[in-house]
Amino acid sequence: MKEIVIISGKGGTGKTSITASFAVLGGNNAVVADCDVDAADMHLLMQPDFDFSEDFYSGELATIDANNCIRCNKCAKVCRFGAISIRSMQYVIDPLSCEGCGYCARVCPTEAITNKNRLAGKWYISNIKTGSIMVHARLGIGADNSGKLVAKVKNEARDIAFEERKDIILVDGSPGVGCPVVSSLSGANFVVLVTEPSVSGLHDLKRVYELVKKFKIKAGCIINKSDVNPKKRDEIVGFLAEENIVHLADLPYDENFTSAMTQGQTIVEYDQNSIKTLLTSSWERIKQLVINQNHNR
Amino acid sequence: MTNSPARIAIASGKGGTGKTTLATNLAAYIAEQEEVVLVDLDVEEPNSGLFFKGDLIHEESNFKMIPQWDEPKCTFCGLCQKVCNFHAVLQLGPTILVFPELCHSCYACSELCPTDALPMISKRTGKLSDFRINNLHFVESRLDVGEEQAVPTISKTKQYSNENYAHLRIEIYDCPPGTSCPVIEATKNADFVILITEPTPFGLHDLTLAIETMRTLKKPMGVVVNRYGIGNDAVIDYCQKENITILAKIPNSRRIAELYSSGKLIYQEIPEVKELLSNILDYCLKASKGDIE
Ligand code: SF4
Ligand code: SF4
Ligand code: SF4
Ligand code: SF4
Repeated sequence: MKEIVIISGKGGTGKTSITASFAVLGGNNAVVADCDVDAADMHLLMQPDFDFSEDFYSGELATIDANNCIRCNKCAKVCRFGAISIRSMQYVIDPLSCEGCGYCARVCPTEAITNKNRLAGKWYISNIKTGSIMVHARLGIGADNSGKLVAKVKNEARDIAFEERKDIILVDGSPGVGCPVVSSLSGANFVVLVTEPSVSGLHDLKRVYELVKKFKIKAGCIINKSDVNPKKRDEIVGFLAEENIVHLADLPYDENFTSAMTQGQTIVEYDQNSIKTLLTSSWERIKQLVINQNHNR
Repeated sequence: MTNSPARIAIASGKGGTGKTTLATNLAAYIAEQEEVVLVDLDVEEPNSGLFFKGDLIHEESNFKMIPQWDEPKCTFCGLCQKVCNFHAVLQLGPTILVFPELCHSCYACSELCPTDALPMISKRTGKLSDFRINNLHFVESRLDVGEEQAVPTISKTKQYSNENYAHLRIEIYDCPPGTSCPVIEATKNADFVILITEPTPFGLHDLTLAIETMRTLKKPMGVVVNRYGIGNDAVIDYCQKENITILAKIPNSRRIAELYSSGKLIYQEIPEVKELLSNILDYCLKASKGDIE
């Protein structure tokens, strides 16, 4: 079982479209995990059936039972997050400001405050059009710590891949360089970095690669819209060579990506186009690299 | 209150839809006429600064408060570990360990410790920088690597701007993407929120979540459709149905993509975009004063 994670540092580089294409190329042998829970879009291309769903709880949320409150103001005094206020003579907690630290409940003399688990989102297991299975999620509004939901999605995908004897787990990774992307990367066998030739593209690539290096994961890179800025493209290629990152492909600026998407398709299912060929050979290359890794060990 | 700046927040359901492009272009456009401040609140990945080369006029560290163990005072009662909901304090044999990255600075352990053995001290979490390019003030914060919590830094950065630029007419916030905590913090005291999206199925999906989030916060908002011409009309139809104003449609063009990729301001090269910015600004200012809706 091999885990391949696709990340991009920042959104908008075509990461999800490319991951979805690999999912189609991987067919029923690839379990898909959409770990971009903050902007989970991949299901739009995969025809998921939302076969199973479950609420995801993370952290706590305090609430005041007005019947037990003697309005002593102790809770409001200790709350460091300005979450407790008085509205129409009642002490109330604003769920969007409450961090769930539990301090208020500890000082309340009448036990009027209870901490409940906070609903932070929902996660799903779906059968998808590739004949395989996808684990995906939706983070709740104002939820904290998407890292935990990412870890959940990934662990479920691993369990499924193990039970169903699938060879590949394809992970659409989270953006940024924080906790969610760390959860996306942990345990991966190969990382595909998707970037574009722009000032911010290279900047984000370098930042996220720092993280990949810490995990000592072998990486390859796809440069999307590579012809938009040939000079920056060359700079990126230089960086790849320096860091020993496999340069998988240069994709041209191509509006077929969007045309395919509007029809709920990945670009490799769409009419003949140059990107289809490039992505197919990238996928073959990735598979080879992942298998070779085994031999080296 | 009436004289505080109009705060315009630029947000999107996900990254890469042109949020930073709009923020930098709008700020630079306003700066042609008057002083303005652009605040980059995407503290995990601040990118606006790549588009401006200004003079650094002020720099300071950002801090958060964490408990520090004062060993001689500790009686090993174990209370601190029990009260910390974030597992940031741990009693390990005859030692109390604090994990600064996990601490949310709630003060519970510190204030409940019976012997005052956990005083709060400040710890650096990143750096705030304030640049100036003629009429344009540009404030950004950057989290130190390994620092997880964006929210305190976002709130601190807004506070810095509010304190130093209260005399200006307009403040622009470049917000983090998504719908989670950091976005809420970044937009919660904005007067108007611009959501930028692309007319694609992904764009529509992320926009619906962003709109839902802003409705929870009861914010007046408008939508800018970027790369108009690709994809389909579903975003436009959706906004009409939901009664949300479309502030502008920025045309899809390879030329814009090229300008962006080399870090150039778009409106300076494409007059049509300049006109769109002017329309967006007019609407935002009216709406933040409550003249619309
Ligand atoms: S749990 Fe913490 S953040 Fe929430 S209201 Fe109580 S003291 Fe405030
Ligand atoms: S501490 Fe308890 S009793 Fe006092 S105001 Fe808060 S909820 Fe009411
Ligand atoms: S609460 Fe104070 S006295 Fe008790 S173990 Fe913690 S630091 Fe020591
Ligand atoms: S201040 Fe709050 S979050 Fe930080 S260690 Fe103490 S109890 Fe935990």
